[in-house]
Amino acid sequence: MEQSIILDINKGVAQITLNRPQSLNSFNTEMQESLLSALKTITRDDSVRCVLITGNGRGFCAGQDLSDRQQDDSSGPPDLGDTLEKYYNKVIRGIQTMDMPVVCAVNGVAAGAGANIALACDIVIAAESASFIQAFCRLGLVPDAGGTWMLPRLVGMAKAKALSMLGDKVSATDAERMGMIYAVKPDDEFLHHTQELARHLATQPTYGLGLIKRALNESLDNDLDTQLDVERDYQRLAARSEDYKIGVNAFLNKTKPVFKGR
Amino acid sequence: MLEDLNNLVIRSQADRVLTLTLNRPHALNALNTALLMELAGLLRSADKDDTVGAVVITGNQKAFAAGADVKEMASMNATDLHRDPRVQAWADIGRFKKPVIAAVNGFCLGGGCELAMCADYIIAGHQASFGQPEVKLGIMPGAGGTQRLIRLVGPAKARQMMLTGATINAKQALSAGLIAEVTAAEIVLEKAQAQAKQIAHYAPIAVAAIKDCYNQALDLELQQGLAYERRSYCVVSSSEDRNEGIDAFLNKRHPVYKNR
Repeated sequence: MEQSIILDINKGVAQITLNRPQSLNSFNTEMQESLLSALKTITRDDSVRCVLITGNGRGFCAGQDLSDRQQDDSSGPPDLGDTLEKYYNKVIRGIQTMDMPVVCAVNGVAAGAGANIALACDIVIAAESASFIQAFCRLGLVPDAGGTWMLPRLVGMAKAKALSMLGDKVSATDAERMGMIYAVKPDDEFLHHTQELARHLATQPTYGLGLIKRALNESLDNDLDTQLDVERDYQRLAARSEDYKIGVNAFLNKTKPVFKGR
Repeated sequence: MLEDLNNLVIRSQADRVLTLTLNRPHALNALNTALLMELAGLLRSADKDDTVGAVVITGNQKAFAAGADVKEMASMNATDLHRDPRVQAWADIGRFKKPVIAAVNGFCLGGGCELAMCADYIIAGHQASFGQPEVKLGIMPGAGGTQRLIRLVGPAKARQMMLTGATINAKQALSAGLIAEVTAAEIVLEKAQAQAKQIAHYAPIAVAAIKDCYNQALDLELQQGLAYERRSYCVVSSSEDRNEGIDAFLNKRHPVYKNR
């Protein structure tokens, strides 16, 4: 059987490819477990300095595989909270707490939990033909995998509510315009561009980038006073890194810095 | 693996701050009898040592202390428990008179959480977790957990934590009142040490009286507590350091305290 998650670690970039193209890379239990174990492998591998998540085929990820969710009246309602607790929530926490940039290359439709896993990543780039759908409302469900937290922060409450209640399909271009994602690229340049970006990030001061990620994530619940304290602390830490020294020296000597990621 | 019996707690002193680092990393700093005895002994000496103004207790990035040593516990019968030397060790740790800050990263569970609660306050890293999970093993908190947790976080949260054994993260611990500050993991220890240093340079008589008084606050009824504070205030006011502190403040200079 084909692997549902392909993990390829090369030159500091860990590329995770969702690989169930026949069902638009939707999640079944096996794929959820494989994704979690890939994230675990990455956090234990010191050589990794950037993560790139993408999908194989015409979709990025269609969310939960509903053929796993056939309703059978005799057995009572399924416990979807349990699936979130065991898998999706761990994936979102994993992406958010990884001390390095996580880039998402949204190659096609990103629906339901698939959309929200993408939005939990640090830098999201979509192919022109990609789209985002908060499909949950169509089934009587609530956006999960961090959607209700991330969406209002990315696009504001007005859009977040409408998108979540209407389940509208948002094109990559519109998603970029409303601040949901960082950039859109033409389909033919898309993969090359995102891989280049990931390779570039993997050569950058990883520890510093990790601190930037932590500071920005924390800012979402902090007031300015608290955040100024966070910046003071993180700048203190950043200035102790080898990469800061390397960066300053390279700047003064007008050479290209070779960062070590620490 | 054999452990160096004298190195279960690493002692290091800088300025007037004594840092005690729990050092059973392969056991997530599980608090066995030997470690607790060593810690209690170090604190007893620190109480008598005038060069120590404040103490920081810490673990490592993975664990402050993940609990009691369950393997050791399993080997003890009722008679062993009756003459358990850990009881005295815990009493000595709890009665330490100088300020203690717990610098916590990683697991701070069971006996680890009870130890951290013996400190005057806790500073923790974002990824720290706190809890009293004893109930999951068919036992109960045995080193002050049922008494101290309820005083720190209030009855509702304390009962829920102890009955379910659920752990809470650093942010939740902060809002529950279990800890005083959350910060980046890498900076927890130095923040604790910096604050300990600040405290250690205040007049020891005043600092000890403040600690003694707020400890009474948890046990005394308000009018008794206020009377206790009043008496302590008069005692502190009769110290030479009090005159020095006020004079330095009025003359915009740094005070030099003599612990008199």
